[in-house]
Amino acid sequence: MAVTHKLIQTISVTAGAGQASIEFTSIPQTYTDLKIVLSVRSTSAATSLDVAFNGSTASFTNKFLQSSGSAVSSGSLARYAGLVTGTDQTAIVFANCEIYIPNYSGSTNKSFSGDAVQENNGTYSYASIVANLWSNTAAITQITFTNTTGNLAQYSSASLYGILKS
Amino acid sequence: MATKLVVDCSTGITTEVELTAEEVAQREVDAAAWAEAEEARVAAEAAKASAKASAESKLKALGLTDAEVSALIG
Repeated sequence: MAVTHKLIQTISVTAGAGQASIEFTSIPQTYTDLKIVLSVRSTSAATSLDVAFNGSTASFTNKFLQSSGSAVSSGSLARYAGLVTGTDQTAIVFANCEIYIPNYSGSTNKSFSGDAVQENNGTYSYASIVANLWSNTAAITQITFTNTTGNLAQYSSASLYGILKS
Repeated sequence: MATKLVVDCSTGITTEVELTAEEVAQREVDAAAWAEAEEARVAAEAAKASAKASAESKLKALGLTDAEVSALIG
């Protein structure tokens, strides 16, 4: 029977000032795919969550599609993984992001997808889907998520799940 | 100094470490890229809204009713 969503580790930001980044290291190579589920809020205005693998920020390419509820936009923003709710949006609420990384331990380039939504009781709130490629054949042993502006606020969290095909 | 929270998946031990100078620099580059993308998106949305308002105005000047304009462009 396939093993799905086996929780590997969860990181929770406990410091009141928040953290610029959160990072999983020594990721076990025993699963087929990885999935990361994040609940994130910024200590600054709404911003982006960027990813790095094995400490590398090179050789990433991206396409994203984003909607505010009234308009859509698209573009390229290397390492863009998802959205982060900010202080210019409803207090206390957090954005939801999911990142899926198939064949993370293989010897081919690594593709990964993400979908995210900000939560905002206002006139707009963004949802995004992203397609990314890390042109590197190394197995992924470390994943870093960085809030590009401000810190990831207290109570932000990320859970790393392993998924087996059989 | 900016810090990150690191969890070692083999031990479950979480530690707080300072960002390196390289990580800080990369973060600044990423923030600028995001700001640029946001600025472009906001400008595109504003241009689209302006074009829509202009089109509505021109259609009304041709004699179309509000209902007819709405039926055409929503």
